[in-house]
Amino acid sequence: MRKAFVPLLVIAGAMFAYAPVMIAQAPFESTMGLVQKIFYYHAPSGMIMLLAALVCGVSSAVYLWGRKPGADHVAIASAELTALFGAIVMATGPLWAKKAWGIWWDWDPRLTMSFVGWMISLAYLFVRKYAGPGSDKLAAALAVFGSANVPFIYISVNVWRTMHPKTSVVPKLPPLMAGPFWFSFTALFLLFLLLMTARIHLEQQRAALDQMYLAEED
Amino acid sequence: MFARTALLVLRKDFAIEVKSREILYTTLLFAVSCVLVFSIAFVKEGEPLEDAAAGILWIAIEFAGTLALGRTFERERYAETLRALLLAPAPRAAVYVGKMLGILVLLAVVELLLVPIVALLFHAPLFAQPFLLVVLLAVGTIGFSAVGALFAAMLVRARSRDVMLPILLYPMTVPVMIAGVRGTSALLQSPADTPMAVMWIGMLAALDVVFITLALWAFEPVMTE
Repeated sequence: MRKAFVPLLVIAGAMFAYAPVMIAQAPFESTMGLVQKIFYYHAPSGMIMLLAALVCGVSSAVYLWGRKPGADHVAIASAELTALFGAIVMATGPLWAKKAWGIWWDWDPRLTMSFVGWMISLAYLFVRKYAGPGSDKLAAALAVFGSANVPFIYISVNVWRTMHPKTSVVPKLPPLMAGPFWFSFTALFLLFLLLMTARIHLEQQRAALDQMYLAEED
Repeated sequence: MFARTALLVLRKDFAIEVKSREILYTTLLFAVSCVLVFSIAFVKEGEPLEDAAAGILWIAIEFAGTLALGRTFERERYAETLRALLLAPAPRAAVYVGKMLGILVLLAVVELLLVPIVALLFHAPLFAQPFLLVVLLAVGTIGFSAVGALFAAMLVRARSRDVMLPILLYPMTVPVMIAGVRGTSALLQSPADTPMAVMWIGMLAALDVVFITLALWAFEPVMTE
């Protein structure tokens, strides 16, 4: 991954530069018109947020029970990315909702779940930053519990009425909309991979530096 | 061995608490003050808002529980007794179970006072379905204490733990709160929506199983230095 970093960076940059053109050329949705274009950022960011949260939960479990430092590096990197892509989702969602539903926010299943997931990722980062020594394991337990929570929040809020479009919308997109959608998804996924690689690398360097300090003291 | 250790931890906490009754009294007073503050927000021209009682009850339980969790483990930290407990040649998960039972008993006492107060002050027919309400409160409180005891124990050695506990606990217990509040408001309808309440009780029971399993599993690696 590290060797491919620069070429992938160039590709991702080019894709992000071209994405607005592609999105502009996509057909207008019949009822929502121009506002619907925010969908090309909102939905892929949401998918990547879920992916990052999943990676964080799994790697935290591996760290907690397997004691592998590498897993912890992956966990912190993916937690930060969950918070980042969550912020994109949380910013673009209300903008779209205000135009499409007439309100900024609705306590609907998907919205509640995303909000709670985002809050948990922020709590994770807070613990890492402010809880002092031993916070790595604390945060790992938090991530494990957080991932266990997700299905329950999903089921429990599903009992209420829902406003948010279902995931089944994505495979049924008309071809002219599916093209830009998957293009945006690929661009954001590349961004995720690149940031993940860079962040894990940083964390490894930090761990190596700590090791050196410890060796120096001994 | 396991059950004996858990009961011994519970008995130890109980013996300390009976002497001073500090945590019990402060938690009770705190819960009542919570209800008082809510009454200012949710009572309009002498009439409480519809459906407010269920939410107020559960939020008061959650807030009071957080306070009690913090105080219980602060006591253990103050005298470094948690380390001694962990050093004891006993299964660590049993120490966790003992701590959790302690919180559970304390919250049960708090609820004994809270439920009548909320029923009285918010004209809520909380005693219309006493059996279902007790079951609902029990499964909900177990879920809350299961997560709470684990997180409070983890945070004993952490910096800024007073703020950390609610930050971690509230997003984590969102499903418990949703199920508790929805189940209670189903019971408060007239006539009570029993199938709905039973559905939420079932969900809380499933949640309890998941939380307790994960906590028993995670307590050992998390508490090992």
